[in-house]
Amino acid sequence: MSALAVRDLSAFVTRDTEARGRLELLVSGARCGACLARIEKAARETPGVEAARFNLTTSKLSVTLAPRAGDAADIVDALDAAGYPATPFDPSQAIEKEDQEGRSLALALGVAAFGAGNVMMFTVPVWAGLFGQELDGTTRQVMYWFAAAVATPCALFAGMPFFRSAWSSLRRRRANMDVPISIGVILTLIVSFSETLQQGEHAYFDAAVTLLFLLLIGRYLDHKLRLRARSAARDLLALQTPSATRLDADGVERTVPIRDVEVGDRLVVVPGDRIPVDAMVEDGTSDLDNALISGETAAVLAGPGARTHAGALNLSGRLVLRAVARSEDSAVAAIARLMEAGAQSRSAYVRLADKAAALYVPIVHTLALLTFAGVWAIGLGPREALLRAAAVLIVTCPCALGLAVPAVQIVASGRLFRRGILVKSGAALERLSEVTHVVFDKTGVLTEGRPRLMDAPASVIAMAAPLARASRHPLARSLAEAAGCGEVATDIVEVAGMGVEGVIDGRTARLGRAAFVGVDSGAAAETELWFGFEGDTKVRFAFQDSLREDTRAAVEALHAMGIWVEVVSGDVAGPVEAAATQAGIHRWTAGVTPFEKVSIVERLQASGRKVLMVGDGLNDAAALSKAHASMAPGSAVDASQNAADLVFSGGLWAVSDAIGVARQARRRVLENFAFSALYNMLAAPAAMLGLINPFVAALAMSGSSLVVILNAMRMNLGKGRT
Amino acid sequence: MNILLVLAPFSLLLGLTSLVAFWWTLRAGQYEDPQGDAARILDDHLREGPDDEAAQP
Repeated sequence: MSALAVRDLSAFVTRDTEARGRLELLVSGARCGACLARIEKAARETPGVEAARFNLTTSKLSVTLAPRAGDAADIVDALDAAGYPATPFDPSQAIEKEDQEGRSLALALGVAAFGAGNVMMFTVPVWAGLFGQELDGTTRQVMYWFAAAVATPCALFAGMPFFRSAWSSLRRRRANMDVPISIGVILTLIVSFSETLQQGEHAYFDAAVTLLFLLLIGRYLDHKLRLRARSAARDLLALQTPSATRLDADGVERTVPIRDVEVGDRLVVVPGDRIPVDAMVEDGTSDLDNALISGETAAVLAGPGARTHAGALNLSGRLVLRAVARSEDSAVAAIARLMEAGAQSRSAYVRLADKAAALYVPIVHTLALLTFAGVWAIGLGPREALLRAAAVLIVTCPCALGLAVPAVQIVASGRLFRRGILVKSGAALERLSEVTHVVFDKTGVLTEGRPRLMDAPASVIAMAAPLARASRHPLARSLAEAAGCGEVATDIVEVAGMGVEGVIDGRTARLGRAAFVGVDSGAAAETELWFGFEGDTKVRFAFQDSLREDTRAAVEALHAMGIWVEVVSGDVAGPVEAAATQAGIHRWTAGVTPFEKVSIVERLQASGRKVLMVGDGLNDAAALSKAHASMAPGSAVDASQNAADLVFSGGLWAVSDAIGVARQARRRVLENFAFSALYNMLAAPAAMLGLINPFVAALAMSGSSLVVILNAMRMNLGKGRT
Repeated sequence: MNILLVLAPFSLLLGLTSLVAFWWTLRAGQYEDPQGDAARILDDHLREGPDDEAAQP
């Protein structure tokens, strides 16, 4: 970074009416209490900071700045110096409304727990009475009235999330799982009141509230899963390029959020940074790495007047750009449209739980109606008929069904999360489990996405190393990496886009493009460097983007699971074939445009295959959102991470791992469904025949929920690494 | 039997007290950072507020 530049992060601070500032930062590297202490200390000791509190669970630091004082950049520098790199959050995203939904669900859960626990005080004695123990009618009456006083307000309060969801679903003329739950709970309360008034034996106050308690557990788990995925996705975005460096008329370089960049702004991009928006080069020359946009590995030279695309990585020289598009307009518009279309087709996917509900709701309601009509018809009277109909609704209430999916998915995604794989939604896991075909992008997915030196004699490497160590160019860096530590050349002059010149042991030497070093090589490949002392023979270093270490093993694992694998890349045929062959993949397509990628995925899906797309570039984004399921590495561009269902850090084994866990989760869910079906097939006829009393109903309900949860936990015990 | 009419409401009152306590912990944000809280309780230096420095030896 240029030493003269003033870094201004004030755009990330929000000031209230008294000019007291608030700033949120994502801090990486914190692991324990000691880190927590060091981070808060570093922040508090920065001038102008009033208070700082670090949340170790979410890695988020909230800082309060004194009125009209404090500088965000100072805090970032202080944290950097303490060894914890920090990134400020965009205020529009950071200070979002707190997790209101989670709190109200937790409160509903607490109320239901209170109700379920305390109502037993009154119903357990009544159950005892059901088996002939001494309990006269008056005492039972008193017990039931107490139970009603506890259960009714609790059930009405704790049931609100279900009532609301059922109502909104009915207004859209659809019936989700919450409709039978709501009807069941309300009908149970009504029947129990009427029974108590008529001094009957069968009141189900406890069932109503216990049912809600069990269902709320499932609802809360589901909510937590979605929340964790959402905030993790937001953190990833914050770590990407949330900001651009704008060169203002007064010559000050200001760091601004990307969405504040306007057409015509002058932007500074130093080597190692990504170009924030589509722009025109005004000043400077540099090599640009377009791998994330087009999939090409070869760097492109850009000088004044050249058009650059958002997402390109600046490799060698400082560039001053003039923005020609805003951030929203920068991603090629056609790609954005394709992504939207893909996301729509995917939202048509019907989740397993909804499929089950679509079957379950009409069957159970018909059964209850038939029971009511039938029992009345055989002459047992409307009271007994209503009682049995209510019993049918209670014992078949979808406790187990409501827990079957969320319990399994929270266990599965927690297991993947610990291995560095982020699942964005439960539906993603379900789609992933159906995958039969994996399409890989090459650059950055199968390969490391950066060049490695191909074999060269160690003596030659050592000769060029002093110059390579002085350069920031990725090819030179990988040469320096191959050479290890050592001396650095003196009198360094780096010519952006050309190479580096310096003095080694008193002799002038050059490292860079063929023309720069003084070689007339006809077809200058971009993945090569030339080196030579002045007036001496020149040597050539060749580089190649090499495979990730575990690519071959990951592909073999996929083959072993019976999954078809192919490579579709925007790069030229040579490197694609080499990478595919090395990885053990026989089917590959090279030189495809982003649109062809989409049509390849579409063609595969039209032939009945379920495609998992794994890609990282902007050129993959449309295909990612079109595919049945999609994964992107943590190094991918924003658009791809947004489009992908799962984001993984670490190696490529994540792909086979994730599919394995997803398949296992699907198996558990189906087992849970099968169990629920079996349970209902036994319980419904029993209720119709009037064999169910409040005690049996309570046992059956909690018993079935427990079985489903235990089955979900079994995933953690299953084979495989943890 | 009449003792039930005293004991039952009393035990309900105890239950309600714990429900209110739960509601309070929820409002106070005590479930926002379980890992951080686990670390803070073991370390005097991490107590926040103006008496932070005073707590240090």
